[in-house]
Amino acid sequence: MKRRWTLYDPRLAWMLVAPVLLLLIFFLVLPIAVMAAYTFFTFVTAGVETSALTTANWHEFFTDSYYSGFLLKTLRVGAITALLCGVLGYFPAYFIWATTFRHKWLLLLLLIVPFWISFTIRTFSWINILGEQGVINVALIKLGIINDPLPMLYNEGAVILGMLHFLMPYMILNVYVSLEGIDRTLISAARSMGCTSAQAFREVTLPLSLPGLAAGLLLCFVLAAGSYVTPQLLGSGRDALFGNLIYDTIMGELNWPMGATLSIVLFVVLGFFAAVYTRYMGMSQIVKGLGG
Amino acid sequence: MPDSQDTISSPRPASAGATIAGAAAGTDSPAVEFRDIDIAYGKFVAVRDFSLSIRKGSFVTLLGPSGCGKTTILRSIAGLVDISGGQIMIDGRRVDDVPIYKRNIGLVFQSYALFPHKNVFDNVAFGLKYRNVPKPEIVRRVGKALEMVRLPGTEKKLPSQLSGGQQQRIALARAIVFEPQVLLLDEPLSALDANMREEMRVEIKKIQKETGITAIFVTHDQEEALSMSDRIVVMNAGRVEQIGTPQEVYETPATAFVADFLGKANMLAGTVSRSSGPTAVTLAAGQTVNVVAPKPLAQGGKVTVVVRPQKLSVGAAGANRLSGRVVSASYLGGSAIYEIDIGGGMTIRANTPISGRVFREGEAIEVGFDPEGCVLLDEGGQRIS
Ligand SMILES: Nc1ncnc2c1ncn2[C@@H]1O[C@H](COP(=O)(O)OP(=O)(O)O)[C@@H](O)[C@H]1O
Ligand SMILES: [Mg+2]
Repeated sequence: MKRRWTLYDPRLAWMLVAPVLLLLIFFLVLPIAVMAAYTFFTFVTAGVETSALTTANWHEFFTDSYYSGFLLKTLRVGAITALLCGVLGYFPAYFIWATTFRHKWLLLLLLIVPFWISFTIRTFSWINILGEQGVINVALIKLGIINDPLPMLYNEGAVILGMLHFLMPYMILNVYVSLEGIDRTLISAARSMGCTSAQAFREVTLPLSLPGLAAGLLLCFVLAAGSYVTPQLLGSGRDALFGNLIYDTIMGELNWPMGATLSIVLFVVLGFFAAVYTRYMGMSQIVKGLGG
Repeated sequence: MPDSQDTISSPRPASAGATIAGAAAGTDSPAVEFRDIDIAYGKFVAVRDFSLSIRKGSFVTLLGPSGCGKTTILRSIAGLVDISGGQIMIDGRRVDDVPIYKRNIGLVFQSYALFPHKNVFDNVAFGLKYRNVPKPEIVRRVGKALEMVRLPGTEKKLPSQLSGGQQQRIALARAIVFEPQVLLLDEPLSALDANMREEMRVEIKKIQKETGITAIFVTHDQEEALSMSDRIVVMNAGRVEQIGTPQEVYETPATAFVADFLGKANMLAGTVSRSSGPTAVTLAAGQTVNVVAPKPLAQGGKVTVVVRPQKLSVGAAGANRLSGRVVSASYLGGSAIYEIDIGGGMTIRANTPISGRVFREGEAIEVGFDPEGCVLLDEGGQRIS
């Protein structure tokens, strides 16, 4: 009755994926499901909720423009950050790809080095650079160029700068990987047929590196729009993003049902962007980019 | 080494390629001429003292093992690599200072190198677009080029929708559509499977004849070189070993390398035992064979007798007889290849038509060859002439 096991036995396949599947279910799907359930719970007072089901949280989200305003602003800041990352990140990626320097791995290593320092500490470092007592202001005052420190910190610019700082390696790696995938004889071919190097870049290199750029844009957008630490440290109250709103709702107001609602909203919105996007770009690019 | 001027006269039809090439300079200047070029990658010299003159409309093959510098030479014509010494002339004009994109060169790569994001039309039209050819003319010429490679109507397809052989034909169309002065083909058949390779070989040759374009073909496959070329340049380690017609390089190899690389000739080492009358060589294995020497040889001089496996016949024929024992026999239908131990640690290889029976391993066998059927090399591996 019992079938013999074979190398490509479907039962074996299930056994091999089971650990990952269980991990995903218990640590990803289940928590999200619990959060989703929470969005229908009733908020009584700070820190107290009942499991009496209600749509009040969703109603509040959809009717109060305070929330949608926050969401739009978050998406806007995320998009600006991603675009800046794309524009600024393409050049170093191109440079690393094109250089004849023998030890390219060193340049790539330099991209990874920042990850060795805690992200929060890296973000804090901007306070020492941009703050009233920061390097720039002190230097400018010492040089007599300005009398009062420039307000460079605690505004949207500082938040975007901080996010650029932490997202740039992702962008550069993504673009670099797709450049690295380009067959260089294509460029020789284009040049032999009459292209200058600038024209060959426009005809061959740029279009073929777009998937990497696109993947980098998505990654940066999602990470920026979902960020919490950077606006918390480098922004003022007005520059808070959706992540900070969720934090305040849960930790400040102790309103878990509303916090859960907002979390699910951000999750769905960013997930929607990622889904639509990957439908056209292909997820493999992003995975490749992360793998370096 | 024979002189490097291409002297083969092959009749060829007047054609667009030839007229364009001819219009630029004197019609009798060679299509491409290398004068003592050296090419180095950093400290490593990949090509040394390379000289070659290629006649308009001819099909010249650079043949040599991988890494001998064939691709490097092609790239130097296209301007993709700088030469560190010497001159390259295209159509009688020095091109050292002409940037790549202004040299009128068609390139076909082993990897096809079609633009994956452009359809067949845009791929083939690419060179015309950068020559400011008007749109209707582009459409007409792309259509014509696609017909020439027998893929009409594929304009809208992406390269990934075509088979390897089709992609290589599109690459060929793309390289000839703007009527370049020279067509460079870098191992264009290596990525194809055996059947396809045979077919493309014929097709490339046919298109080259039809257009009358000057073609420089690179390969490490001797069969391709022998079957397609007007002239073959045999290269080894960045240097030219021999330049000649397929028959010349095959039948009268100039060096031991050429003899071995083209068709694995038997190289029988020996000493000259009789220098006059019919010259005789006593092989290391003990037998004495008569050879035809182009000049009198000193008695006792060390020579190598080069005999092609096809020149050895089994049985009574041939003035020189070698007897031995079959070490291995491969039956190929029409012919058989025998490895024969002739004593003294010497093994020779015979490729003979089958007449009568096929010998088996271990059997005693006698093979013969004519004194005219061999070439003599001196101690340095150079042909004695
Ligand atoms: N870009 C390069 N940098 C350094 N060495 C190279 C480069 N390209 C080729 N070479 C070397 O030059 C020699 C000739 O290469 P190539 O012309 O590609 O040979 P072939 O085409 O005959 O196989 C090889 O030894 C190769 O290693
Ligand atoms: Mg090569």
